[in-house]
Amino acid sequence: MGSTAVSDTASTTSAASTDRKAMRERAADYLLRRHRLVWPELLPWAAAILVYFLFPDRMTFGGQVLIMVLFALSLDLILGYAGIVTLGHAAFFGIGAYTVGLLIARFGWSEPISSIVLAGLIAAAFGLLFGVFLLRYRGLTLLMLTLAIAIMVQETGNLRSDISGGYDGLPGLVISPLFGTFEYDLYGRVNYLYVLGVLAIVFYCVRRVVHSPFGQALTGIRENVRRMHAIGSPVHRRLVTVYAIAAGIAGIAGGLFTQTNAYVTLAVFDFDMSAKVMVMLILGGTGRLYGAFLGATIYMVLEDYFSKMSPTFWQLGIGLLLVLTVLFAPRGFLGLFEKVAGYFRKERR
Amino acid sequence: MMDIALQVQGLNRNFGALRVTRDVDLTLERGARRALIGPNGAGKTTLVNLITGALKPSSGKVLLNGADITATSQADRARRGLARTFQINQLFRGLSVLENVGMAISERDGYANNLWRAVGSKRVILDEAIDYLDSLRLTDDALKLVRELPYGRQRLVEIAIALAQKPRVLLLDEPAAGVPSSESHLILDVVASLDPDIAVLIIEHDMDVVFRFAKQITVLVQGAVFTEGTPAEIQANEQVRAVYLGQRHAGGGHG
Repeated sequence: MGSTAVSDTASTTSAASTDRKAMRERAADYLLRRHRLVWPELLPWAAAILVYFLFPDRMTFGGQVLIMVLFALSLDLILGYAGIVTLGHAAFFGIGAYTVGLLIARFGWSEPISSIVLAGLIAAAFGLLFGVFLLRYRGLTLLMLTLAIAIMVQETGNLRSDISGGYDGLPGLVISPLFGTFEYDLYGRVNYLYVLGVLAIVFYCVRRVVHSPFGQALTGIRENVRRMHAIGSPVHRRLVTVYAIAAGIAGIAGGLFTQTNAYVTLAVFDFDMSAKVMVMLILGGTGRLYGAFLGATIYMVLEDYFSKMSPTFWQLGIGLLLVLTVLFAPRGFLGLFEKVAGYFRKERR
Repeated sequence: MMDIALQVQGLNRNFGALRVTRDVDLTLERGARRALIGPNGAGKTTLVNLITGALKPSSGKVLLNGADITATSQADRARRGLARTFQINQLFRGLSVLENVGMAISERDGYANNLWRAVGSKRVILDEAIDYLDSLRLTDDALKLVRELPYGRQRLVEIAIALAQKPRVLLLDEPAAGVPSSESHLILDVVASLDPDIAVLIIEHDMDVVFRFAKQITVLVQGAVFTEGTPAEIQANEQVRAVYLGQRHAGGGHG
């Protein structure tokens, strides 16, 4: 009697413990799964490489699209993950763009890679500086303050047009060959691959950050900031950190913009730029990284197409698309794709 | 002498001309089980907010383990071992139960400063999170999103997060509020079986719970401490019955 009772308990506890072990494995898998690369993620990269071979004469435009993808990616990091709203993100894009421009025009420094690294670092430093002040605020106040700061940066450039070149900008910038060997060709093919390479590296880093414990904390701040304070999270520090990172990435995008166009004007700071990048992200879908890819591409291609169709009224088409997206696909085009994919997966089962 | 975990001295808070907290003194020894009761609008939640730092006092002091924390931030107090639950759930609704608890652990241990490693790659955090869920019988819900859970289960997640902070002092703001009585016993069992080392202050309206759980009771009326004592003393106190217990038994209060 006694022994059977003991063995009974032993078998139930061992069953329970294997059960619990299995549960732990499932939990670990649940968390790590999101971090693992899945094959649809290769699609945008494959498409980008395909474009290189299919449209060899549109490479300058292609490079510009990839730059906007990078810019939108940096916005996704703060808007989509941390929930920071901003209408002044062009400030950092512009700071990066001018870093590269001024390095060439005023210091004769034209080596491309070190230039964009510097562009990123300087923009990140400004992001840190502005972020410490800005991120004490939220919502509408924050929106207005970011807008104001972008205008102030632009006007500072205007004030010192002796340095910045004002609204005429810094034209005719000559960039040194990439790695000292690859000359920038007229069709921008080298530049396209260069921008794609930079995008891939930055994208990899951003992907790691959003899946890290730090990235999880950002999601926590977006989801419920009161709870984050209550569990002891240094919320302000986390927000300033991600803001500086995003500013740095925007700066890199800006630097690439100057290198691609071989000129830069104060228009890079325009409100139009800040608004445009937000529209791109909303079109593509926020908080999912690839939304930046999709949104920027859709926007840029449509802008190109519509503006050829009707140089005066092309924005009507973009506006209409934005209205439809916000109303019928609130999670953007990527959200729409996911929904359709999920539907098909269910059908198959 | 017992260790004093939390001490509130002469705490005041005014909202304009309205004095919502008046000269409150309150002491929690290590392992204390104190209930804070009082009619609606007595300023119970305000007091919790003042202790945790969600609100700044107009005057007075808060001491945690002997250190003056009056000027410190909410997050700093949390890191020093002060945890709370909210009267109305404050959870990460779009995240899984596991992540809700894991978040508290990774913030507690400073792991959340890491920008490079994948969430879930550190097994100790995962294992500890599941231990807390096990102890609250939430394991089966670990991978569900919080917003998919019934409200009563969500209340348990509130407690799981607070426990994951490894607090020295725990403030429970009506842990069973909004939960049907058929499920509330689960929550109250959890509260009753908390680590005896943690000092607990519980705000609760259900007198049965208060008398079962608390070793000391503080009665708050119009922002001030009306009286305090053991459950037996409070039950026997005619004035308390008049301002509070009697009212409630008479069916309703001022609301």
